[in-house]
Formats: sequence, C-alpha cells, structure tokens
Amino acid sequence: MADINTINKDFADLFNQGNELLLEGSSDVMNETRKNAFQDFAKLGVPTRANENYKYTNLIPAFDHPYNVNLRYQQVDVDLNEIFQCDVPELDTNMVLLTNGWYYGNNKELTELPKGVIVCGVQEAAEKYPEIFNAHYGKYAKTDDDGLVALNTALAKDGFFIYVPKGVVIEKPIQVVNLLRSDRDLMATQRNLIVVEENAQAKIIVCDHTLTHHKYLTNSVTEVNVAKNAIFDLYTLQNQHLNSVILNSTYIRQESNSNVLSNTISLYGGTIRNNHHVILDEEHCENNTFGMYLMDRDQHVDNFTSIDHAKPNCLSNEHFKGVMDDQASGAFAGRIFVRRDAQQTQAYQSNNNLLLSNDAVINTKPQLVIDADDVKCSHGATVGQMDEDALFYLRARGIDEKEARQMLMFAFAHEIIEKIRVEPLKERIDELVDKRLRGEISKCNTCAIACNH
Amino acid sequence: MLSIKNLHVSIEGKDILKGINLDVKPGEVHAIMGPNGAGKSTLASVLAGRDLFNVTEGEVSFQGKDLLDMEPEDRAKEGIFLGFQYPIEIPGVSTVNFMKTAVNEHRKYKGLDPLSASDFLKLMREKKSLVEIDSKLTNRSVNEGFSGGEKKKNEIFQMAMLEPKLAVLDETDSGLDIDALRVVANGVNKLKTRDNATIVITHYQRLLDYIVPDVVHVLYDGRIVKTAGKELALELEEKGYDWIKEENGK
Repeated sequence: MADINTINKDFADLFNQGNELLLEGSSDVMNETRKNAFQDFAKLGVPTRANENYKYTNLIPAFDHPYNVNLRYQQVDVDLNEIFQCDVPELDTNMVLLTNGWYYGNNKELTELPKGVIVCGVQEAAEKYPEIFNAHYGKYAKTDDDGLVALNTALAKDGFFIYVPKGVVIEKPIQVVNLLRSDRDLMATQRNLIVVEENAQAKIIVCDHTLTHHKYLTNSVTEVNVAKNAIFDLYTLQNQHLNSVILNSTYIRQESNSNVLSNTISLYGGTIRNNHHVILDEEHCENNTFGMYLMDRDQHVDNFTSIDHAKPNCLSNEHFKGVMDDQASGAFAGRIFVRRDAQQTQAYQSNNNLLLSNDAVINTKPQLVIDADDVKCSHGATVGQMDEDALFYLRARGIDEKEARQMLMFAFAHEIIEKIRVEPLKERIDELVDKRLRGEISKCNTCAIACNH
Repeated sequence: MLSIKNLHVSIEGKDILKGINLDVKPGEVHAIMGPNGAGKSTLASVLAGRDLFNVTEGEVSFQGKDLLDMEPEDRAKEGIFLGFQYPIEIPGVSTVNFMKTAVNEHRKYKGLDPLSASDFLKLMREKKSLVEIDSKLTNRSVNEGFSGGEKKKNEIFQMAMLEPKLAVLDETDSGLDIDALRVVANGVNKLKTRDNATIVITHYQRLLDYIVPDVVHVLYDGRIVKTAGKELALELEEKGYDWIKEENGK
C-alpha cells in the first residue's frame, strides 16, 4: 500500500504536469485561487488520521488507487437526458445533469425558471458572470484548513453554479444530478457555487448516481451564500455503490434573518465523508442542519459538522441519526462555536445511533466551544440497540418480528426525513429508506445498468 | 379455552410463579387479584410471550394448542391480547399504520385479504367511538406523549380493533381517574361476547364494580391461594391482603 507521501506527490505531479490543462478554460480568478490552493495543499496534503478531524476516517485506502482524472470536459457518447430519467414523476423539479462532476453540455434548457435565475456550469459562470462569481468563489471554503478543500480548489474545473436574484422565489426545486459514468476508475473533482440573494427563496436537491460499477472517488466542494431574509434548502442524497468514495464539503454562510435547512441523506457508498460548515455571520439567522445515514456491510460514513455562531441572536438546530448494521463504521462530530459577543444564541444538537449488530461501530463527538455567557445550548448523543420493549409491544399485537424491527428502524429514521420541506421528495425518501432498511436496492433511477454491488 | 397447569416461571434464577393452575372458559370474566410482587404481571407477560421469563415447568394450552411454543405474534393472531400495564411509547410509528399492519396481519393469518384503506378507516372510526378515544390521539405516534389514562384507553381501542378471544388486562385500572375508568370498563363490557373471555388483573376492587367477574382468584407468592365468586373481591377490599398473608404463613 502506498504511503501518504506517495499519494501527495502524485497529486503534485498531476498539478504540475497538468498545469496547462488546469488553467485552460478557467477564469483568472479561478486560476489565481488554484495557485494558492495548491500551495496550501503542498503543506496540508490529503488528511490522515493523525489529523484530529480525520481521526475516524482513513483516507489512504480511498486515495491509494490508480484513478483516471479528467482535466478537460469529456464529450458524452450518449444522451444522458435519455439514460437518466428520474422515476419520480410527482417530484416535479428543474433538473440539470452533471457528468463526472462537469456540467453536462447537453442539458435541456430550464424554461420554467423565473427571470434572472442562473443555472449553469462553474466555468461558464466565471466567464459570463464575473461580478457575481468573483464576489463569492473561494470566499467560504478556505484552503488553508483542510487538505481536501485545498485539493479540490487546486484541481477545480467545473461543477454547478446557481444564482437566485434578489426577491425571486423559485417554487419548483432545482435538482442537480451528478452521474458518474466512466469506463475506467475515476476521480472526479466537483466545485459548486450557490448564491441566494436578499429575500430570495430556493430549494436545491443534489443527487449522486453511479452508472457503472467502476471505482469512483468524488471530491466535491460546495460554497453557499445566503443573503438577508433569504430562505434556502439543500438536500443531498448520496446513493452510490460500495466501491465509491464520496468526499463532500459544504460551506454555508448566512446573512441576517436568513433561514437555511440542509439535509444530508447517506444511503449507499463505500466511504462517505461529509464536511458541513455553517457560519451565522449576521444576526437573527436560523440554521437547521440535519442528516441521516443507513450503513451496512463494510460501509463507512463520517459526518463532520461545525456551526459557527459568529453573531448574536441566531438559532441553530442540528440533528443527525444513523442506523448501522453488519461491520459498518461511522463517526459524527458536531462542533458548535459561540463567539464571544454572540449573546442570545440558541444552539441545539443531537446525534442518535441505532446499532443493529455487535460489530457495527459509531464514534460520536459533540463539541461545544462557548465564549458568550448568555446562551442556550444543548447537545446529546445516544448509541443504542433496538428497543426490546417496543419490539415486544408490536409483536404482541400480531406483527411479526421482522416487520416490527422494520417499523422501528423506519420510525427512527423518519424523524429526519420528516424535516424535508418538499412533500414529494419526503415521500420518495420515505420509500427509499424503507426499501433500504429492508435490504432491497434503493436505486432511484431507472438506469438499466444501475449497480447493485 | 385457556388451560394453565402447574406453571412455574423464573427470572434470573428467581422463582416468580410456583405452580399456577387456571382454567378459563368462553364467556367468562376472571379477576386475578393479589398484593404487589405476587406474580400477577409476570403471569400476564408469560401468556403474551415475553421472553424475559423462563418457564421451568408446567404447560399452557390455548384452544387446544400449546401456547408456550408460539411466538408472541402468533399468540396474538391466535386471539390473545395483552393490555399492558405500562403501554410503550413508540415515537415515529403512527397509530394508524400500527393498527393497519396489525389488523392485516391478523387477517392474513385467517386467510383474508387485507382491508382496503377506506374499510380500514371505517373500522377505526367505529372502534374509536366505542372506546371514546379522540382522533387527536390516534393521529399521533403510538402512545407518544399520552397521559396515563389515554394510554389505557388506547389499549382498549387496540383490543377493539383486534377482537381477541382472550384479553388479559394487566392493571388496566392503575393510574385512571374515575371517568377514564368508566370509559375503559364500558369498552371492555361492550366487547364482551359469549365466545370471548377476559382476565382482569388488578390490585384493587374498584375496577370490578364496572367489570363484574365470574370468578375471582387471589395470587400470592406465585400461587393461586384462593378462588371464589365476585364477593371475594369485596372481602379483599374490606380486609386488605394481610389475612391472606397470614393464612399462608407469612
């Protein structure tokens, strides 16, 4: 097995040898940011378990693999719009596709978007809308803190860009589906930017799908700025296969009176690491950060979250729940910072885990750093088994043991699902989770080559 | 209908039931009374199939079948219903879904098709009015945040939905105010037929003013030490349990 130095050196070689391709087609701002990010990466490297923040996730096996990397948009030999059709007709969304992290060149035009809304690729946005793009790109996801973010920024070429102008309410959710489809094992770098202006409202659903059985590593970073009085939802649905690595970092900045809800649902994936950072940068923000993970076999999930109460009078609710079976392993870290002057902060956090086997492992770590004195904060973590009393109660009414267990697991997970503010999506996720917990494949696309490893 | 012979039960090596004999026939109401710790609730749990207990000796047959050999869900489908002393709160499981699943499992067992959504709701409405339970409660998760009285009403509601042949009501009166007690007892009485039977387990005589038993048993120290008509309940109410204890040498 390669050591971390070899892995880091390979990336340095990639960066240097591929420099021309990396610079090609990207704006000056992206390339300037890229240069600095690479310097940061040279210092930080891919995080190892020696890094306290990555103590429970060993990324070396994930990176120690000869992946193909596309530094240029690859034409797709089929019509992805045909291949991928979301089989949720009642989930009426504005849908765009990405291919291996790149904005798909043949996306259908979104005709129903309100005036002024922009949905396009990051490369295109950097070129066509520099004022918006440059004001936000690289501003929230700092490269000097996390090697994965530095690596992403150094290699970033494309991803999706969404802009919602002042006062515009998008009724229909925007659905971004990233299709991983390759004839070789592939590492994809995806860089996204979402800008929601004052009084605007938008709901975004991000799904990942693997369309072939190849090994995929996705290192994505999403930056989000939510301006005054805006309301924004971000639903992330991770449903890949057991041979995939999902590294997903999200950075959300909120301005005054904004309301953000995010819900990260991890159904399938070999190794999943979610970094979720929120900064409540002005007063009277509300943030809801939810997540759910259903892991079995040798899957691994690590949700690393931080909510930074930088200003007074903000409210944050954080709740993650997980069901772990077989030899699955996982971690949750929940950091809440309440800065010195952030008085009247309310910050609540909890993480509940249901372990279904003796071999499943979860490490949960709430961490509150409170420097203000007039705050309401709470945190709690539980790790438990199935409630035997509840199980007996259901069985005593004639429900067989398997079904009773299923009902209880589903009920456990449902608490997170019911926070979804898009009704058809909620129903769909309910269905997926139910199937997932029954051990049936929970692919939500109709693709014939959907992998079921 | 139910025949218990020389039933011995222990938990963690400690003997709780030390040779219970009991016969219940269709149409009968039996009351089992006794002081705390006598083994009343253990008996109820063992009949329903709770696996915390070890049956060390004896047999239990229900309608000719060996009850002890069955899983709890099969006992339920055969017609045994346990009204829990402490009904369990199950957040996230809606009462509607719970009852629908249970009713259809029972139907499947009998070789019947599942109820359609509308027939099911009709059945729910009918049974709800029988036990005077509010839709506000049945629309919530099972027992979640219910008061003690509401939980007991919900037990009787479930009993009405499942129409058991033998209901074992474990301290259904505990924690009930007089109005709730009346509602619960009315529910039980309305559900009574010539073909089903009820075992009422209680500490106090109070409930037996409403649900009139045919037979009263006194359970003490793991054995049934006295069996008589309903007048025995009144005697116990008047004299307490001390004389039973004295008679049995403690």
